Amino acid sequence: MNDMTHLPELAAAEPYTPLNYKSATKPIWCPGCGDYTVLNAVTKALALVQRPPHEVAVVSGIGCSSRIPAYTSCYGFHGVHGRSLAAATGLKVARPDLTVLVASGDGDGYSIGGNHFLHACRRNVDLTYIVMDNHVYGMTKGQASPTTEPDWDNKLSPGGTGVRSFHPLVIALAAGANFVARAFSGDQNTTAELIAAGIRHPGFSFIEILSPCVTFRPEQKEWKNLTHPASVGPTDDAARAAKRIMTDDGFNIGVLYAGHRAPYSGGPGTPTRTLEQMEEEFAL
Amino acid sequence: MNAMKVRTATPGTLAELMAQAYALEREAVERYGELADVLATHNNQEVAALFRRLASQEALHATEIMRTMGWSRPPQPPALPDAPAAPAFEEAHYLMHPWHALRMALDAEQRAHDFFAGLAQRCDGDELKRAAQQLQADEHEHIVLLQSWLQRTPQPPEGWDEDPDPPRYPH
Repeated sequence: MNDMTHLPELAAAEPYTPLNYKSATKPIWCPGCGDYTVLNAVTKALALVQRPPHEVAVVSGIGCSSRIPAYTSCYGFHGVHGRSLAAATGLKVARPDLTVLVASGDGDGYSIGGNHFLHACRRNVDLTYIVMDNHVYGMTKGQASPTTEPDWDNKLSPGGTGVRSFHPLVIALAAGANFVARAFSGDQNTTAELIAAGIRHPGFSFIEILSPCVTFRPEQKEWKNLTHPASVGPTDDAARAAKRIMTDDGFNIGVLYAGHRAPYSGGPGTPTRTLEQMEEEFAL
Repeated sequence: MNAMKVRTATPGTLAELMAQAYALEREAVERYGELADVLATHNNQEVAALFRRLASQEALHATEIMRTMGWSRPPQPPALPDAPAAPAFEEAHYLMHPWHALRMALDAEQRAHDFFAGLAQRCDGDELKRAAQQLQADEHEHIVLLQSWLQRTPQPPEGWDEDPDPPRYPH
């Protein structure tokens, strides 16, 4: 019989650092793009929650921001335009043990994938959804997106679109998201902490990250002077949070809502009839 | 830098202060390295090389902290470090000149200088104050060095950011 009283002490595992979550693939975003710091915030957030890279999946759609899975060492899925949440929902339900991050932009997430956004909030599957919002379609050269200001004058929409901007945070609340936060890419550490908080919070966590597009919206460099910490802490009252979000200046940074709704627990309930009983109903 | 970024707790011991300083230097090393990669990807090799040199310099500072403290392993920062010494990503441009890169570095060194000056005021005890003041003085040396480099570096010509094949056409 082995002598179990003299087992060598196992060395304590080294904690994961942000570098453990970065891949060797170099990003090709425009220099100055906010998405670089979002990537750093994601890797820092994963180091904060200390999930091993192989227990994390990063799922995205299409657009500049959706390149992010390739730049991490986690499992990644660069999917179909607007369908990142559909793919991520399937993954999380099939593999509830994984931490699933979903990345999108304002075009991919709110326009092409707008319907998936509503229903992902409603279903409340335990996902963390980060949207890098720059109020423009950058990859396709600067068209107005759902969050573009109606009076943004540019070559492709002279005089502005005149169309009301989409308000993702309040729509997420109305649709049932369990955690709602706003971040700014220029403040990397706060963004990392907000993403980590979203990962830890059960259910669907939505983090809107203001991420300037320096190529098509260079005026967004000014965001660093406009953003400020939210003056009040998070509330668990969705109506109160909605009122705050509807009346703030759009630059409040922090957790704005943290609810208690139980996340989707996976799969249908216990069947009340057998397959044979159901088939009997259809028998001619 | 906006107000949100400076929130590091005041260190209570010399080891905490130096762990914080080490974390700041490493953050700067990584940021300069990333900027070098970005500029190399966009085929601005001259600025990429300069960012690599700045990364090496910051790495030397980090190594010096390890040596001074007699550490054989990097310390764990108590929390995510603020990054006053790290250059601001949003100031990068694919057509930027070395002069711009040096301006970014100078701004970062000035922020680091102000950060340690603030710590020197907040820290309790002579030993901690002296150490924070020394870090502040180190940053001042870097500022002077960068200023001398800037004086020897030609300023970018008018229209340096004009691209005959721009990603964004004028309105």
